[in-house]
Amino acid sequence: MMTAQVLADGVLDGAMIGLGAAGVTLTYSILRFSNFAHGEMLTAGAYAALTVSGALGSLLAGSAEPIGDTSIGWGLIAATCLAMGFTALLAIVLDWLVFARLGRKATSITVVMASFGASMALRALVEFAFTSSPAYFNRDMQIAVPIGLGMRVTPDQVALTVFSLFLIILTHLVLTRTQVGRSMRAVSENPALARLAGVDVAKVVRITWALGGALATGAGVMLGLLVQIRPGMGFDLLLPMFAAAIVGGIGSVPGAFCGAMIVGLGEALTVAIVGPEWRAALAFCALIAVLLIKPSGLFGARA
Amino acid sequence: MTADLAGILTYGSFFLVTALSYAILCLGLNLQWGHTGLFNVGIAGFVAIGGYTSAILTTPASDQHLGGFGLPIAVGWIAAMVTAGLASALVGALTLRLRSDYLAITTFGVAVVIHLVALNAQRLTGGPFGIGFIPRPFGDLADKPLLFTGLNLALVAAILLVLALGLERLLHGPWGRVLRAIREDEKAAEALGKSPVRLRLEAFTLGGAIMGLAGAVHGHFIGFIAPDNYQSGLTFQVWAMLIVGGAGNSRGAVIGAVIVWGLWSVSGLAIGGLFPPADQARASSLQLVAIGSMLVAMLLFRPGGILGERTIVSRWVKQR
Repeated sequence: MMTAQVLADGVLDGAMIGLGAAGVTLTYSILRFSNFAHGEMLTAGAYAALTVSGALGSLLAGSAEPIGDTSIGWGLIAATCLAMGFTALLAIVLDWLVFARLGRKATSITVVMASFGASMALRALVEFAFTSSPAYFNRDMQIAVPIGLGMRVTPDQVALTVFSLFLIILTHLVLTRTQVGRSMRAVSENPALARLAGVDVAKVVRITWALGGALATGAGVMLGLLVQIRPGMGFDLLLPMFAAAIVGGIGSVPGAFCGAMIVGLGEALTVAIVGPEWRAALAFCALIAVLLIKPSGLFGARA
Repeated sequence: MTADLAGILTYGSFFLVTALSYAILCLGLNLQWGHTGLFNVGIAGFVAIGGYTSAILTTPASDQHLGGFGLPIAVGWIAAMVTAGLASALVGALTLRLRSDYLAITTFGVAVVIHLVALNAQRLTGGPFGIGFIPRPFGDLADKPLLFTGLNLALVAAILLVLALGLERLLHGPWGRVLRAIREDEKAAEALGKSPVRLRLEAFTLGGAIMGLAGAVHGHFIGFIAPDNYQSGLTFQVWAMLIVGGAGNSRGAVIGAVIVWGLWSVSGLAIGGLFPPADQARASSLQLVAIGSMLVAMLLFRPGGILGERTIVSRWVKQR
């Protein structure tokens, strides 16, 4: 049955978009601007993981040895963790270098424009460093196994969907159950008041960037394993990520994940019914639909 | 010797025709951003709408794409303004009531979708191969390159001048004053009975129409358009031009277009000379790094651009 397979493909796609959209929604609600360079965080994370896992593979034999039925070795898992740290650092440096200097209040749209410039510069820099030809974590062919209802998925796909869910739940728990999360939500509500109440706003900003960068790395590695790694990979995912964040309601991590599922399922349906070349149009349609019907999104409080 | 001189002059006017087409684009963006504070990240999409509209209307009949209808060039250009303006009005009506970021994200989406349509709706747009045989102004003289590019330069310069003067009149009149008032303090303008949403919509629509015209003008000069002409790199170049020249100032927009396009062409030539052919594509990504860094640096250190906005309180008050 075709429909069940669409469901499986859509959930997988949504799980990947969700990791990116969670970062977008966090920067939007806490730093108060839509970061057009978020796609490049994803690209940077994927290339960092590729570089580290390549180095590990040549230094330590067996680090690329697959775990279980997947194609993923412990070397890649370690590389992903290191890449998360690298991307978090990159995001913090970018903020210190550009966004913080532009100021966070009155003319927030100037910051958006700077992020657009930073996005173009970073993407071109990645292309210069790694060329525009696609790269892969490994070239193993995975065999899809049936999981019922006529759906077939590869072990990698299952592992990555679980990985994405794990990161999203972790982020949600950090935001709702820890002191750090409480400060982040306070800054998101009202930065001035949060500062008065003794919240270290600069620290919250750094944590937000680090979290967004780490989640983007997760999405980048996932996209790299499922499809391929190329300099434009993150930029091409920017519209689906924005659409998911807005559909879910800006500021809500579970909302962004639900929005991503909607966009992911929609993309899978588009591919099945209209054709794969129109896939990228779905996110735009979802965006327009939510702006027409409920601009605050499913779980959002403000538009 | 004279042949060389003619060659240089031809190249110079060819360069200027492109630079001035960009300048027309910058005038459109200047109206949206410089005077109204609207952030359009989908410039390439609106340019493409204009380019394709005019190409479909004016090319001779073809089975590769819709039309062509063989209409006069002027009809194509006016239609380009109408369709690009309509598209802008639609986008504006949907997003201008919401947070300013929503306009940015939606225009970004428009550019993605327009590029997708140009690439995939083969029966409408000719698909990845684009549309050729677009009639060129003064096309009969194409075998005399100097005269041909020179006349085209005069035409583009005339369009630019008419647009710039018209916009100056409009912007220094009541309409422009209200626009800037809204940009500076929306609440105050609203309290005086002005409708910010409506004025923003008007400015966004007019700016989009000008972008469509620029797309048509340049498409007709080259005689050929393809989807890859209209990617995010174009949007980005136009932004760099306006920010470098100085937003809110028509002369700044034109100067920025000439400077940035000049830097772009010179660096392109330098890459062609310095790198072996195999590495040129890779090295040309450094051009984008440079332009991106320049844009960010201008925003950081000289946000007003080279010229910056002329602040006019009243013509009776002496300028400092």
